[in-house]
Amino acid sequence: MYTITEEILTTPSGDMVINVGPQHPATHGVLHLLITLNGETIKKVEPHLGYIHRSIEKMCESLSYRQFIYSTSRMDYLSAHINNHGCALAVEKGLQVEIPPRAEVIRVLMDELTRVASHILAWGALAMDLGAFTPFFHAFREREMINDIMEETCGARLTMNYMVPGGVMMDIHPNFQRRVKELLKQFSEKIDEYDELVTYNTIFINRTKNVGYLSKEDAISFGVSGPSARASGVSCDIRKIYPYSIYDKLKFDEILYTEGDSYARYMVRVQEVKQSLSIIEQLIDNIPEGDFQAKTKAVLKLPKGEFYSRVETARGELGVYIVSEGGMTPYRIKFRSPGYSNLSALDHMTRGSKIGDLIASMGTLDLVIPDIDR
Amino acid sequence: MNREELQAYLGGLGSSLTFEEGGEWINLFVDPGQFRELMEKLRNDEQLAFDYMFCLTCVDWKTHLTMVYHLSSTRYRYNIVVKAKLDRAKPEIQTICDIWRTAEFHEREVYEMFGVNFIGHPDLRLLILPDGWEGKNPMRKDFEDPVNMIKL
Repeated sequence: MYTITEEILTTPSGDMVINVGPQHPATHGVLHLLITLNGETIKKVEPHLGYIHRSIEKMCESLSYRQFIYSTSRMDYLSAHINNHGCALAVEKGLQVEIPPRAEVIRVLMDELTRVASHILAWGALAMDLGAFTPFFHAFREREMINDIMEETCGARLTMNYMVPGGVMMDIHPNFQRRVKELLKQFSEKIDEYDELVTYNTIFINRTKNVGYLSKEDAISFGVSGPSARASGVSCDIRKIYPYSIYDKLKFDEILYTEGDSYARYMVRVQEVKQSLSIIEQLIDNIPEGDFQAKTKAVLKLPKGEFYSRVETARGELGVYIVSEGGMTPYRIKFRSPGYSNLSALDHMTRGSKIGDLIASMGTLDLVIPDIDR
Repeated sequence: MNREELQAYLGGLGSSLTFEEGGEWINLFVDPGQFRELMEKLRNDEQLAFDYMFCLTCVDWKTHLTMVYHLSSTRYRYNIVVKAKLDRAKPEIQTICDIWRTAEFHEREVYEMFGVNFIGHPDLRLLILPDGWEGKNPMRKDFEDPVNMIKL
């Protein structure tokens, strides 16, 4: 965090220093960027974090293995299910429990619905950042349907807390399959509209093509993951390279672009929505019967050791690192959040470009600030 | 290389290396004095090419601190964990942020949360904590804040 004072306006060499945020609509949260400008050219971007740091890692040290999962919905709130999934996987590695097939399918369905909701929100928000207001409402129309599905089954629209060690908390709602099919139908009718509105829009292309270039080597070195890295040609989809749950049995493609610019990052997300919808289509009629939760003890204790799980959230690779001393609470927990590493590349990506392009670069990194601050 | 071959290969990279058994990936303990040399080898060795650091953190064991580095090779898909024990009273280790640039942010987080001094880091300042928190390390086990911390 950084204390804003009024006198810092120029550096000794005559460059202007301006603050973007902590309250700025384009940062989608309380991110503070201190930007050094020479005219309109960016010389340096310095992020300052911590405005919503809740110290979730420290809190988790005094929460039990059932409880701590709930705090992770509040990290990357647009990928709440996937965060929960990652934590549940890490605990299950320690417990060595077998997950019922029904629970696995429900988990993957929820993960992919979350990914769709997150990507279309990123799509709408990016368009809004670049001056097009309408796409945001189109995105919310479909996102609302997904939120309604979540609400029916999980009881919450944003922080679902649906996945527990051993499976999912409760069975899916009787309406679940019907409403997901309605959603798929709605998407098949509207998905071309998305492309018409934004993808082939000349203004949008001009504002994102060749903007915020990130090379493959730099993306790997900066630890960038998720769609932002795949746009630079880094094959990093955890669902493909280290498959978890039932992802190794599903048919879907890893979307790779090599351009590495903002437009490629945008395109990866649009294509991934289609892949996620195809995963949902494969599974929605094939939910096996059976238990939705494995039998676990009332009080969970993990053996002494270290457990690390990696999952692919909508923003990239989430790592959950649990150090256990054999007790009821984790000794240490570390969340390797994708946004934190992705943000670190922002300075490198935008140096030398114009300040107007900063928003396109930042918007296509798809930063979620609670994920960065944790 | 399979796990045994990889472990044997890694063992040949330095004299003070020890392995911790168990765990999903190979756990490699290194003396802080030889740490920097080992990390450069891991990154530049053509047989290993650990180019992706996916996690960097620290664990407070009350008697000492342990730095934990999770490395991955995008070419061969190897994963290893490198650990270094640090003196808790004066924790110091060489920076690696010129080898993996993601480490720059992660080291700043560990610096403020655990008080580890990264020698050679270009910009070791508070990143998350507000001004005036220098020297207080909230993620250490003995940190107490009677005002802002609620015991659960």
